[in-house]
Amino acid sequence: MSDDAREAVGDYQYGFHDPENATIRFDKGLSEQVVRDISELKNEPEWMTELRVKAYHHFMEREMPDWGNCGQLNGIDFDNVTYFLRSSNATERNWDDVPEDIKNTFDRLGIPEAEQKWLGGVTAQYESEAVYHSIREDLEAQGVLFLDMDSGLREHPEIVKKYFGTVVPHSDNKFSALNTAVWSGGSFIYVPKGVHVEMPVQAYFRINAKNMGQFERTLIIADEGSSIHYVEGCTAPTYSTDSLHSAVVELIAMKDAKIRYSTIQNWSANVYNLVTKRGVAHEGATVEWVDGNIGSKLTMKYPAVLLKGEGAHAEIISVAYAGAGQHQDAGAKVHHLAPNTTSNILSKSISKNGGRSSYRGMLQVTPKAHGCRSKIVCDALLLDSESRSDTYPTMEVGNSTADLEHEASVSKVSGDQLFYLMSRGFTEEEAMGLIVNGFFEPFTRELPMEYAVELNKLLELEMEGSIG
Amino acid sequence: MGEEILRVENLHVSVEGTPILNGMNLVIHRGEIHVIMGRNGAGKSTLASVVMGHPAYEITQGSIHYMGTDLQEMDVFERARAGMFLSFQYPAVIPGVKVGTFLKKSVQAVRNEEVKGREFRKELNEAMASLEMQKSVTNRYVNDGFSGGEKKRLEILQMLLLKPHLALLDETDSGLDIDALRIVSRGINAIAPNAGCLIITHYQRLLDHVKPHFVHVMIDGAIVQSGGPELAHKLESEGYEWLDAPKEA
Repeated sequence: MSDDAREAVGDYQYGFHDPENATIRFDKGLSEQVVRDISELKNEPEWMTELRVKAYHHFMEREMPDWGNCGQLNGIDFDNVTYFLRSSNATERNWDDVPEDIKNTFDRLGIPEAEQKWLGGVTAQYESEAVYHSIREDLEAQGVLFLDMDSGLREHPEIVKKYFGTVVPHSDNKFSALNTAVWSGGSFIYVPKGVHVEMPVQAYFRINAKNMGQFERTLIIADEGSSIHYVEGCTAPTYSTDSLHSAVVELIAMKDAKIRYSTIQNWSANVYNLVTKRGVAHEGATVEWVDGNIGSKLTMKYPAVLLKGEGAHAEIISVAYAGAGQHQDAGAKVHHLAPNTTSNILSKSISKNGGRSSYRGMLQVTPKAHGCRSKIVCDALLLDSESRSDTYPTMEVGNSTADLEHEASVSKVSGDQLFYLMSRGFTEEEAMGLIVNGFFEPFTRELPMEYAVELNKLLELEMEGSIG
Repeated sequence: MGEEILRVENLHVSVEGTPILNGMNLVIHRGEIHVIMGRNGAGKSTLASVVMGHPAYEITQGSIHYMGTDLQEMDVFERARAGMFLSFQYPAVIPGVKVGTFLKKSVQAVRNEEVKGREFRKELNEAMASLEMQKSVTNRYVNDGFSGGEKKRLEILQMLLLKPHLALLDETDSGLDIDALRIVSRGINAIAPNAGCLIITHYQRLLDHVKPHFVHVMIDGAIVQSGGPELAHKLESEGYEWLDAPKEA
């Protein structure tokens, strides 16, 4: 591990945390009253309150999933989670106004620096709500709405009401129900017709309170012929008790619009990361998920695209890195519901020190969807013999004109590769780091530069102390 | 005569219990070019790998000294950082790692210092130009989809950048066309005056471009004959049979 790498990444990703500075914190556990209190505290319109309550009841009645890593899932103690916590009284725009200890956290995450080059606007989720939120003037001038979700609901209730829950209904699964009941924070973006947002807009998320559930809710609407790239980065400090992260992300790409949603999540090893991400692509539209999963105790996440309009396209590129005691159950889902729709899925996973990564995929082609094309590639790399990788692909093809390709491979780091790299002056750890970075490169090259650099540094750090 | 770079003494090496080298002796000084020839399976590549520290080979007897230091306790990367270099017969493919990134990191690791981007770029461009390599190679992944000749050229490029004290070249000339052979030889000749060079080859034709001081013939894991460049010519025309130990009928 070189010093510049440590300098670039800092030591935040595994453990520092600032003292909790919670102004309002609810008791642990969930009830209809807690849900109503959250809504009331936020002064939400009645329809949202009722939706939350309905979702709460659905959550309570809904069984836990009977697939995936049930043993781990059943380890979640829902009564031991705080469902709402607000650390700063107001959403703030100017960096100078952000409280000092929170700023410390962001300094270590490198946000101010990052902002200069890359940000189209920042909304950094600190615990439950955005405390810092800025929109570049040119975005505002173009009529782009970029707010935290709470503000979005307050300031643009008609848009939120029209689209909220239309892509991921509360009844979709147990965790989408939970999110709908207790959501807080997340981003709301609306891009008007024909507007192309040139710079990626981004938000950082982190969990910073013990047993703090984080239930952000993101809704992005790209109107006809518009385009946007949203980037979300996640890190979490380590705690001794389990944290629950259960987000819902809904993307709506109208006719000929394009949305790319890039994520790197680097959860500490005690976090349950159970996320529902789904996008709809209308005629000629493109929805792209670029999804990186590092850390967590258990991640279950399958970014999905509904190809609803003719000629729509889905692109899902994901990587997963499972270390000791971790299970990355990730994958992709594409539903070809209209003719001449196309999709590309590339999934790459690395398992190390007994970690487990699973690819779980769903590809559906409905009978009326003629002339569809899809290509799925899954590559797994095992760094040692204790680690595990499995693949659960499902295909439902109802139309014989579909052109489908599916490739899967599992490989190990070869002794020849290690010897070659070590003969060029790299330690075994550095050699592993290079091989791992190279394996993820098809993913990394899709990221904005600073994320790519950070991801590479993180992976190099992950290789530290892993040999011998 | 330059300082001693490599001393191999009575070296016995096994892989998975099978003996490959059986009492190998060799001393190389700075500024000397040594060529080792021999049939397939004679142990030539094993010698190069074991000097570089390949973990699959077990030294059962004898020793290797590099610039006076016993190599026994040195890891592969430490040997590289101490100035040893092996040009591989079959260089490994490292998917997703760009040649430019790889070269810079490697140079930094071996020189044990931060290399400035601009200075490195200049140095790299000059080295690539001398090997008639296209700049676009730096954006390709290490050896991924490279032809045999491209791989060998990349090996020589690394050698030029790393400026080793000891260069082990394992069948670097195999699979090269005449132009590539000339270019690769140019690289070897650039390094050779300031290094000890050990070239493993099957063919005399490389020696039209690189002038060795010593030619050795290996049979069954040991050197059975040493001489000057004329020995290579003799092998080219007469083969190895005349060197075989007389077999009992």
